[in-house]
Amino acid sequence: MSTRLANGGRLLDKGRKIDFTFNGKRMRGFEGDTIASALLANDQMMVGRSFKYHRPRGVVASGAEEPNGLVGMGTGADFEPNQRVTTTELFDGLTCTSQNHWPSLDFDVGAINTKLSRFLPAGFYYKMFIYPRPFWKHVYEPIIRKSAGLGRAPDQRDTDTYEHFYAFCDVLVIGGGVAGLQAARAAGATGAKVLLIEQTAHWGGRAPVDGGTVGGQPVDKFVDEIVAELAAMDNVTMRNRTMGAGVYDHGYALGYERVGDHQPAAKGPRHRLWRIRAAQIVTATGAIERPLSFAGNDIPGVMLASAVRDYVVDFGVSIGDRTVVVTNNDDAYRTAITLKKNGLDVPAILDARVPTQDSPLMAEAKGLGIRVLMGHGVSSVQGGKRVTGVGVCSQAGEGAVLEEIACDAVAMSGGWSPVVHLWSHCGGKLIWDEATAAFRPDVDNAPTGAKGEAFVTPAGAANGALSLGNVLSDATSAGAAAAKAAGHTGDAVAVPEVENIDEARMAPVWMMPQGAGVKKRQKAWLDYQNDVKVSDIQLAAQEGYESVEHAKRYTTLGMATDQGKLSNINGLAILSDALGQPIPQTGTTTFRPPYTPISMASITGEARDERFMPIRQTPMYDWHVENGAFFEPVGQWRRPYTYQKSGETIEQAVSREVKATRASLGMLDASTLGKLVVKGKDAGKFLDMLYTNMMSTLKPGRCRYGLMCSENGFLIDDGVVARIDDDTFLCHTTTGGAESIHGHMEEWLQTEWWDWDVYVANLTEQYAQIAVVGPRARETLEKLTGDDISGEALPFMAWKDITLGGIAARAYRISFSGELSYEIAVKASEGRALWDALLAAGQPANITVYGTEALHIMRAEKGFIMMGDETDGTVIPQDLGLNWAISKKKDDYIGKRAQARSHMTDPTRWKLVGLETVDGGVLPDGAYATAEGKNANGQRETQGRVTSTYHSPTLERGIAMGLVLNGPDRMGEVLEFPRLDGTVMRAKIVDPVFFDKDGEKQNV
Amino acid sequence: MSNSVSALNGASATGFATVRDMGLQGMITLRGDLSAAAIKNAVKTAAGGDMPSAGHISLSDAGSAAWMSPDELLIVVPYADADAKLAEITKGMGDAHHMAVNVSDARCMFAVSGDDALVREALAKLMPVDLSPAAFKIGQFRRSRMAQVPAAVWMADTGEARIVCFRSVAQYVFDLLKGATAPGSEVRYMAR
Amino acid sequence: MLILTCPCCGVTGEETEFHGGGEAHLKRFGPGSTDEAFHDYLFSKVNPKGVHLERWRHNNGCGKWFHAARDTVTLEVYGTYPAQTTQPPQSIKDAISAKRPGWSWREFA
Repeated sequence: MSTRLANGGRLLDKGRKIDFTFNGKRMRGFEGDTIASALLANDQMMVGRSFKYHRPRGVVASGAEEPNGLVGMGTGADFEPNQRVTTTELFDGLTCTSQNHWPSLDFDVGAINTKLSRFLPAGFYYKMFIYPRPFWKHVYEPIIRKSAGLGRAPDQRDTDTYEHFYAFCDVLVIGGGVAGLQAARAAGATGAKVLLIEQTAHWGGRAPVDGGTVGGQPVDKFVDEIVAELAAMDNVTMRNRTMGAGVYDHGYALGYERVGDHQPAAKGPRHRLWRIRAAQIVTATGAIERPLSFAGNDIPGVMLASAVRDYVVDFGVSIGDRTVVVTNNDDAYRTAITLKKNGLDVPAILDARVPTQDSPLMAEAKGLGIRVLMGHGVSSVQGGKRVTGVGVCSQAGEGAVLEEIACDAVAMSGGWSPVVHLWSHCGGKLIWDEATAAFRPDVDNAPTGAKGEAFVTPAGAANGALSLGNVLSDATSAGAAAAKAAGHTGDAVAVPEVENIDEARMAPVWMMPQGAGVKKRQKAWLDYQNDVKVSDIQLAAQEGYESVEHAKRYTTLGMATDQGKLSNINGLAILSDALGQPIPQTGTTTFRPPYTPISMASITGEARDERFMPIRQTPMYDWHVENGAFFEPVGQWRRPYTYQKSGETIEQAVSREVKATRASLGMLDASTLGKLVVKGKDAGKFLDMLYTNMMSTLKPGRCRYGLMCSENGFLIDDGVVARIDDDTFLCHTTTGGAESIHGHMEEWLQTEWWDWDVYVANLTEQYAQIAVVGPRARETLEKLTGDDISGEALPFMAWKDITLGGIAARAYRISFSGELSYEIAVKASEGRALWDALLAAGQPANITVYGTEALHIMRAEKGFIMMGDETDGTVIPQDLGLNWAISKKKDDYIGKRAQARSHMTDPTRWKLVGLETVDGGVLPDGAYATAEGKNANGQRETQGRVTSTYHSPTLERGIAMGLVLNGPDRMGEVLEFPRLDGTVMRAKIVDPVFFDKDGEKQNV
Repeated sequence: MSNSVSALNGASATGFATVRDMGLQGMITLRGDLSAAAIKNAVKTAAGGDMPSAGHISLSDAGSAAWMSPDELLIVVPYADADAKLAEITKGMGDAHHMAVNVSDARCMFAVSGDDALVREALAKLMPVDLSPAAFKIGQFRRSRMAQVPAAVWMADTGEARIVCFRSVAQYVFDLLKGATAPGSEVRYMAR
Repeated sequence: MLILTCPCCGVTGEETEFHGGGEAHLKRFGPGSTDEAFHDYLFSKVNPKGVHLERWRHNNGCGKWFHAARDTVTLEVYGTYPAQTTQPPQSIKDAISAKRPGWSWREFA
């Protein structure tokens, strides 16, 4: 069994006990434990079931590479699935549950899959579920979906907070092991601004576990000293619990800080995403031990040799009483030695190599009385939910069992792979290192930055330097080189003196034993989480998936949440062997960020709830809220759609607003309309280019409606232009167009006509704008002003500065409703005051505030077009019968040339008409008018479509506008519009102006 | 004047730094040839200070002038003076090609005050700009984005940041700043 | 995510402050131009692997348009320059030549 030792546990505070639960079972750990170490201390070896075969799985590793130990953590709003037990710190009251099993971890129905594994080979899903075709959608997919997925999604809102932080530094050092610490020291000594981040809560990485001496003292003392030294440096910042998640273009990197995971009750964000811009990045990301591929290497109790050592040294936890060590390198001897020194039994070290002489570590192990079997390996592991023993065989043979050794743990080591992920994220290339049988950074092909400079330097084990002495010397030069590249050439630091222990060369072992038969290969796991075995990769190769990227996707090797940290190199080696080619020729799959999964909420940062997106508010916003506004989004604005009174439906409210406005007086908050001031001696010339009609002839004091097109000829905006004085115009745009049209104007002025004397400013928000609309508009305004606003003094399509209720205002006599109408602009900060004054003055006229839907209905009753309804980016003014607004006199305007292209002048382009339903009903929005025959796709031919459709309260029937083939020539014809329910509506083609065709109401 | 209210009417919030709506501020956009003497005089008369260099704001008791772009300044004066200052500028500019408009009501100004490093850190949660004391000194003026909206920022003094944004997004920006200064969320990257 | 230096205000900022605007140095064709010339002006854009001259706007900044000489493969930025020109300045051409001898883009080299 696995248990807590009486002594040891350098990361623990044994004075602080922590209670937690796993699958409802109460357990106890210590401050400093991870969930993994605490579970193991409570003899909870099995932590989950595998994804495909539901095999029992235990903890394999002690860090970010752990593939099996994923649990659901917390409850309710705090629940989060797929938390890695090896990287999650224990805290008081933590609750976690295992995943991927039903009904329980110990007894799982899905485990039947393991019995069927012979029938579930690589590509099984692709092969099995193709035929019969309809079965995929209706039978296979629903079943597969139900059994797919890892963990379950939370069902409550996350109540934690998250944030971003933009950090800038000269040198970012990723990884706080001895290499990272030494690199930070070397970089910091030059005076460079250094940020050092480490994913765990501890500094020094695994060096204190591995041991050794630096400058004559134990390595953990060296770590303490260097941490203290760095902490005292003003130009160095150290952040633990912060993982380097990704390295991106031009020195951009993401740091994922788990601020609150270990202290859930504390104030502040749970996670902070550091958006770092560094001149230079040092990746001191260490190395990860590889498993060995032997039969039964997934049985709980089989663990990486380094992890077994970590649990003893860091957490005082023994994985088993009797641990067999199996290895192809010297490092695993440290595990055997550590176990032995802690009073645990190591029945044997099975070393696949056949060395000619003992290395110091071999000698030390033997000196401790450990039996070392050279040239041997594991034939298969015995046990189900827990290791019970191993069969020993010759590595060179086919697995005949020479001896059975009873044990309850197996510590395996297949060598070490540098963590090259962050080096590779942004294009750093790799080379194959024969001596260590691993890919390491090709330092001559580093990621390059904005100036073409190399901006990433690997350091220490991440650069293939595996011994302590090499790690520190490599890190010293990496730190100094990075600082120099960032422009800092201050003091250099010396390479610490290290007593190096010579190690015998490792021997690549990709399969154990070398001649393992198919039955063994089907039990030799490569990818624990996705259940990919040696035999699956071989099958993929046999079936022609020769590219590593194809083999990966076909077998799902390395596609689980651990992204193949343990399995990739072993899988590549098996694939290369199957293809009969060297490993470098096979290459690696692409390393993509993040290094380990990060929370979606950290990516979201502050953008949640009221900060999800900007909600633009007009000065009258509070009034709208207080008066029952039903809002609709218009760009980022929230505009009142209608104002519901109690007992009213939305339709009734809209209808009331329209009728009241037409009958007497309505008022609209029109502040969102774009207001662009264009000024300069060339302003008229400029506007003549921007609008399809002539603006330069407009007289000061007057207004003119204009259309704007893109260079493609399509309508992009419309609005009323007012000429303020000889060289100043005010251009109204649509609500959604203010920023884009301002940008459009600036673009043409800056990039095409930069010699024209024109300035533009966006004054949209400077003014609150209120439309006062209806037959009693003038008399209401007259109550608030002494200025002459009679039809003669302020005629239709004119503007005038007046004082209204003591407030300086500009009144535009323009109408989007067909009524007598004034749009009043005042300074935004006085908008609410004027609004209130108008409400009071309008009382006798039953003033009715209306929303955007009433606005839309009234414009449609008048046949006025609406951007986004009648236009969709493919419509030109000529389609809408707006030829009157296209100047024939101008040589040029933006879009003019495009409108002369053959497709634009095609007489069969659909044209705008009004549509009057035969039964008085309302046509569905976007409905198509059908025609005879079918098109090439076998669909009904069409001859038009509805662009706007409403129930008109004024006319008490449905009205619509639409684009119809030869529409204007077909007045009176009846078209058919099929509806979604299969019925057909019939509508007559009519003039689009439904109401007050002569404009008598607006011109009074 | 009594009718005039700023977007948030002086709202404030206190976390590890204090966020405050500065109320109505007079602001004038002045576009023209920034090397012309007329503009320099206009800055002097309106804001009482010197012409700011690129990326800077010139601060004086009477007002300030911020460099917005190669052909644009933002003149900040008391709200009540804005129209009069605008008239003065327009007169001073004479026939020179320029544009001077009152934008006081189109904008909103916030102050974030407190420990200098903490104030900078709060803003650095929202703006992709190096706001460390070494990189962003008093008198520097930076236009960038604050989360999802455009914003300009400068340090008026030690521990005194100013932010200008559009009026319509004042509530959004206030909520951003309030969240960024929430107690317990100190980053301590600039603050040691 | 790129970093770019705006030649108009001097700010070096991250890509989120900027907005890409496609190919630089387009010559506008208006009324009277041939169908082919107009078509090419609107739609025929180069899509080089390597050196590219392109437009950017510092939209979350000074609001100005400028041009960048950038490598579409390595993302190296050889230089940025104001948009009020019909061709890249010699200094930009030299900067590109120093890194990519023999380069060409449209009619420039």
